[in-house]
Amino acid sequence: MAEIILKNITKEYENGFQAVKNINLEIQDNEFVILVGPSGCGKSTTLRMIAGLEDISDGELFIDGEKMNDIAPQHRDIAMVFQNYALYPHMSVYQNIAYSLKIKKVPKDEIDKRVHDVAASLGLEELLDRKPGQLSGGQKQRVAMGRAIIRHPKAFLMDEPLSNLDAKLRGQMRVEIADLYQRLNTTFIYVTHDQTEAMTLGTKIVVMKDGEIQQIDNPTNLFNYPVNKFVAGFIGTPTMNFFDAECIEENGEVYLRTATGKIRMNEEKTKKLKEGGWIGRVILGGIRPEHVELANTETDAVFAGKVNVFELLGSNAIVYVETGEGMVVMNTNHVQPQEHGDEIRLTVQEDKVHIFDPETERTITN
Amino acid sequence: MSKQKVKRKYKRRYDKVSTVLLFVLPALIPLIVFWIYPICRSIFLSFTNWDFISPTYKIVWFKNYASLLKNPRFYEALWQTLVFTIGTLFPTIILGLFLALLLVRNFRGSGIVKFILFSPWITPTVAISIVWTWIYKADGGIANTILQALGASPIKWISSSDTAMLSVIIVTIWKSLGYAMIFYLSALERVPGELYEAGALDGATSFRQFFDITLPSISPTTFFLTIITMVNSLQAYDQIQVLTQGGPSGSTRTLLYMYYQLGFQEFNMGQATAVAVVMILLTVGLSLIQFKVSEKWVHY
Repeated sequence: MAEIILKNITKEYENGFQAVKNINLEIQDNEFVILVGPSGCGKSTTLRMIAGLEDISDGELFIDGEKMNDIAPQHRDIAMVFQNYALYPHMSVYQNIAYSLKIKKVPKDEIDKRVHDVAASLGLEELLDRKPGQLSGGQKQRVAMGRAIIRHPKAFLMDEPLSNLDAKLRGQMRVEIADLYQRLNTTFIYVTHDQTEAMTLGTKIVVMKDGEIQQIDNPTNLFNYPVNKFVAGFIGTPTMNFFDAECIEENGEVYLRTATGKIRMNEEKTKKLKEGGWIGRVILGGIRPEHVELANTETDAVFAGKVNVFELLGSNAIVYVETGEGMVVMNTNHVQPQEHGDEIRLTVQEDKVHIFDPETERTITN
Repeated sequence: MSKQKVKRKYKRRYDKVSTVLLFVLPALIPLIVFWIYPICRSIFLSFTNWDFISPTYKIVWFKNYASLLKNPRFYEALWQTLVFTIGTLFPTIILGLFLALLLVRNFRGSGIVKFILFSPWITPTVAISIVWTWIYKADGGIANTILQALGASPIKWISSSDTAMLSVIIVTIWKSLGYAMIFYLSALERVPGELYEAGALDGATSFRQFFDITLPSISPTTFFLTIITMVNSLQAYDQIQVLTQGGPSGSTRTLLYMYYQLGFQEFNMGQATAVAVVMILLTVGLSLIQFKVSEKWVHY
């Protein structure tokens, strides 16, 4: 269990490229923190700096109140699961799991007991004599976790641990990691570019882009109250629809006017738009596909266009509609098969509309 | 099965074999002419009393082998071969790895350093050995000049039976070092960096990582180099011929050099080929032992 604090941490390489730019992050005991973002956003570099595998160019890192900048990885009491597992290929599963204890010169009996306990908890007992080359991806992943667990470290760091697994196995392992977190009750820091993993596993999610933290929040808030267009677009599948709209006032009510129709703003949003002086100006609107619906009447319609692609996913369907505002995606439970080229009118759940400043792309209403 | 079916089956098999032969033949012909036939011929000659010059010879069966086993020179040569092989094998492997570890991280000019270290391997051994005879000159040779500059007394190098073998070993190691280094460099570059990171997080010091991660990871290369260096040592001839001609007083006479002396200086080709056969058995035997032992320490 550990409290990890990153204070103004920067990573700059010799060629001047800054992979991580002045980030601040507080990770409490027993939190499951997810660092998520697109490739090259600095999430893995941040994790590696916490582990001690990368030097910190500037700023301070504290683990349990102790400054760790210059402490070697082996003295940070942190375990890490690597993307490619990094199992020692010449050692058996048993030896891989036992290695850290062997180095610490733990008595053989105790090593044996602990290895068997860990193996039992991960379903690896049958595989203890095998070499990593004889294991499947999922089994290797379990061994890598076993190697981390056996040390009872202060924190677990995981660097895209599921990215090499197929979709089904990834789902299974995700559940196992969640279960592990419940059982071990310790600090987890998990790097991924997969937002499903981020949303399902994390108690706190850190969204990163270009070496900077965009938002730190719990999954629900991140989904419902994104602070900018990037976070809004990154979290949620299919991704949020964005459209330009003019903010207008009619008969005391504030609306967002699109090419086809208008969206009435509730009291809270009206207040913020008025206070921000947005009336009469163009804003960037955002609506998640699950908050887009078929319009019942022509006056309800906010978007109009032709069906481009209709994807039936069983209980729901995703409809891609080419509109005057660009492509609008609808994720609906009311599955009405549509053909390519069908004329269609869409409306939105008014309360679910996000509004961003078109220049700064920061939220206006959240 | 009907007769016709059997016929067709055999025809198909014959066609397949002849196709394979067609492709293999270009490689097989030189192998047979320059390797398999000479070996068989040598084994045959080891049972004769041929003197290398006369057109006739008699079959003497195992007489050559019997006299070889009674000949103290043979045991001396066997011992010198063993000393030479071990004396070149371990330093070549260890120093080759050491150089590779130094040069695995690229720095300005590392390419030139690698090339310089590798160059003895591609230089003819005879040329190298001639230069080393100058280096080893008792009076005015560079080796002794350096020794004297360092305050040590000069050594007779190749002129003394005490130091001649050491001198030949040094030349052989110097020649093979770059070769071992190049193989180790490529092996070291293939060890995934993540293994060291995992090792560091598991608490392993750099020293421990070297023994627990690096050495096992490069063990196939070590095994390959062990076999190649051993075979090269057993076949060493050029440097011995140029530096010492097997002397002084037989102190650098290895089995191969004894074969040369018996066959081409003493014109006793029967016994010479018997020595050659012993060498083949020795090489095969040592290689088999290494393969067997390697199961324990080589990790693919």
